[in-house]
Amino acid sequence: MATMVQAIRMALHYGEKHLEVKDIFGQDVGPPLGGVFTATQGLKTTWNSPLDERGIIGTAIGIAMTGERCVCEIQFADYIFNTIDLLKLAGNNLWASHGQFPLPLVLMTPNGAGIHGSIYHSHSFDTWATRIPGWKIVSPSNALDAYGLMLSAILDPNPVFYLKPKALLRVKSKEKIPGEPESEKELKERIDAPIGLERENWKARWPKLELYTVPLGKARLVEEGTDITVVSYGRSLVLCEKAIQNLDISVELIDLRSLYPYDWQSIKKSLQKTGRILFVNEDTEVSNFGEHLAYRCTKEAFYDLLVPPTVLAGKQVPGIGLHPNLESATVPQISDIKKEIEKLVHSSL
Amino acid sequence: MALDSKKNTLTDQKLLQIHDLMVKARVTEERLIHIYKQGLGYFWIGGPGEEAFSVPLGLLIDKGQGKNKDWLYLHYRALPTLIAMGLDMESAFRTMFNKATDLSSGGRNFVNHYSIPKWNVAPITSVIEVQYSMAIGTAYVQKKEKGNKSLTVVTGGDAGSHESDFASCLIWSSRPKKELPILITVQNNQWGISTSYDEQHGSKSIAERAKAFQIESYVIDGNDPIKCYHTLKTAIKSIRKNRKPIFIEAKVSRLYGHSSASGANYVQEPCCIKNFEAFLIKKKLITKKQIKDIWERYKETAKKIQQKIMKEKDPQAESIWQHVYFKEDASDWRKF
Ligand SMILES: Cc1ncc(C[n+]2csc(CCOP(=O)(O)OP(=O)(O)O)c2C)c(N)n1
Repeated sequence: MATMVQAIRMALHYGEKHLEVKDIFGQDVGPPLGGVFTATQGLKTTWNSPLDERGIIGTAIGIAMTGERCVCEIQFADYIFNTIDLLKLAGNNLWASHGQFPLPLVLMTPNGAGIHGSIYHSHSFDTWATRIPGWKIVSPSNALDAYGLMLSAILDPNPVFYLKPKALLRVKSKEKIPGEPESEKELKERIDAPIGLERENWKARWPKLELYTVPLGKARLVEEGTDITVVSYGRSLVLCEKAIQNLDISVELIDLRSLYPYDWQSIKKSLQKTGRILFVNEDTEVSNFGEHLAYRCTKEAFYDLLVPPTVLAGKQVPGIGLHPNLESATVPQISDIKKEIEKLVHSSL
Repeated sequence: MALDSKKNTLTDQKLLQIHDLMVKARVTEERLIHIYKQGLGYFWIGGPGEEAFSVPLGLLIDKGQGKNKDWLYLHYRALPTLIAMGLDMESAFRTMFNKATDLSSGGRNFVNHYSIPKWNVAPITSVIEVQYSMAIGTAYVQKKEKGNKSLTVVTGGDAGSHESDFASCLIWSSRPKKELPILITVQNNQWGISTSYDEQHGSKSIAERAKAFQIESYVIDGNDPIKCYHTLKTAIKSIRKNRKPIFIEAKVSRLYGHSSASGANYVQEPCCIKNFEAFLIKKKLITKKQIKDIWERYKETAKKIQQKIMKEKDPQAESIWQHVYFKEDASDWRKF
């Protein structure tokens, strides 16, 4: 089955073929590389931009201002920080113009830890993104959602932030992308660019893909359970899936998929059933987006709670160190998630 | 500084039209300043001193909506351009009084921060220089379309040219074989807020920086409307045809200081309208009396419009939730 990065590539292809995406651009996004994670190989409308993040976001806004659809990329979320005021501007363009200038653009960026990326290839931007009103924010945890969320992002008339979990990009899907060929080998031959000289004349042979969307703002119930609710997204969601595998506890696992707007009704319903809730993500823990959700649980479901709503997030330190001991001490690991779940289930108010 | 009449090729009618619009823009701004000083507005910032550049620019725009018309990425001193394009005084007053009837922002944004889709005027923002990186994308779209003759215009101040967005604009619009149809301009008034040009600029001119990217560049007297008109006309014509960027640095005055934050009091710097009037009188195109009448007429109109706009509706509290997302109401998380 397709990997997440292949799924994203196929979604982008579908976007340029059927959904009027006219430009896919960013640093090393066009040929010959097709993106540092290969997400944009073989596509028709890709091009390489100058090494200028502000220019990339500014250009995307300027394209969207005319009503054209584009997908731009910041090579790593770690390098998006110098564009934050332009992101704010993209988020308020419609509002500041009293509804007159919508910006239909997608911004994608590889996000988070898990590939031994050291201080500058491991950051998360999730919480920062949620502090920029006017954007919709998504992050898939599997290839099928990656495909469906990208198509929804492209179809949406608002700016959509698409956080690609770096560590999951090469993970294979459990489900088929609609239209994906039978064998992995065939898919690879059709859409993965060859290495070396052959690449020069290579053209992707796209399978006949189908429209499949994951609605923005809707979570996915991954696992039903009764003792505790665990809410996560992106890479942490996969860690949560692993953490609960051999637990003697009935865990209800929710994949948020959309960070904003978020699916509060699903969270609340689950919490009312289990009375315990844990939010897991990799961004730094102070003023973490999970804290907003935890706050809301306290505020709106106080009398349903058996234990305090809890957030398990990245440590509040300036970076994620390279050595595995450092990285695993900084962002939540399977064992941390397990421990936290056990603690919450075995304690009470 | 007298204007050089020998270089004029504009018709008498055009000269008088430019003058009329310059006065109209100036009177509007002076009334806005007055409103601020009456304590009826929170803040004023605008374009007195930039009319000689800004009015000709407005007259030369191929205005309309969509990719085949010119796009404008303007700064907060661009009222004379918009007046020249046909903006009514009412629109300016509505921004000053942050009225619900302000079409640009519905009372959300500062005075003179316009957004006008029917003329491709992208939302003007307070954030210095960002328009220079956004303009790239629009010019790129115009470039891609075969046969498209439209261009993107970007305006801004001299101090702002130190932001990286300015460099982005030069870099992206001059990429080999991918040059953009963009008119990059700087209205150099020699000041940031209180920081002078001389203490911060090592380059001979801002135009020198554009030259380094092989961008055809001009430094002009921004107080001379005839010079400005000719340069802009030639530049715009060339961009329409050659689909390549041109850079113009116009040396302008800043006649009421930076904004109301610095008092908005008249400053003794060359006034482009006074100069132009002396020229028009000498050329016997207009009399002193006729000039006075124009000023008086606009002043009277402005006063009346102020009174009318003050009575218009204010924005209501619930409206903050509108337009967070396009055509969607679900923007308050409490209601998710
Ligand atoms: C990014 C940013 N930094 C600082 C400010 C505050 N500020 C407003 S106007 C201004 C000076 C701008 O000078 P210049 O670019 O020369 O334009 P001028 O106002 O003189 O036309 C400053 C520093 C701002 N609005 N935006």
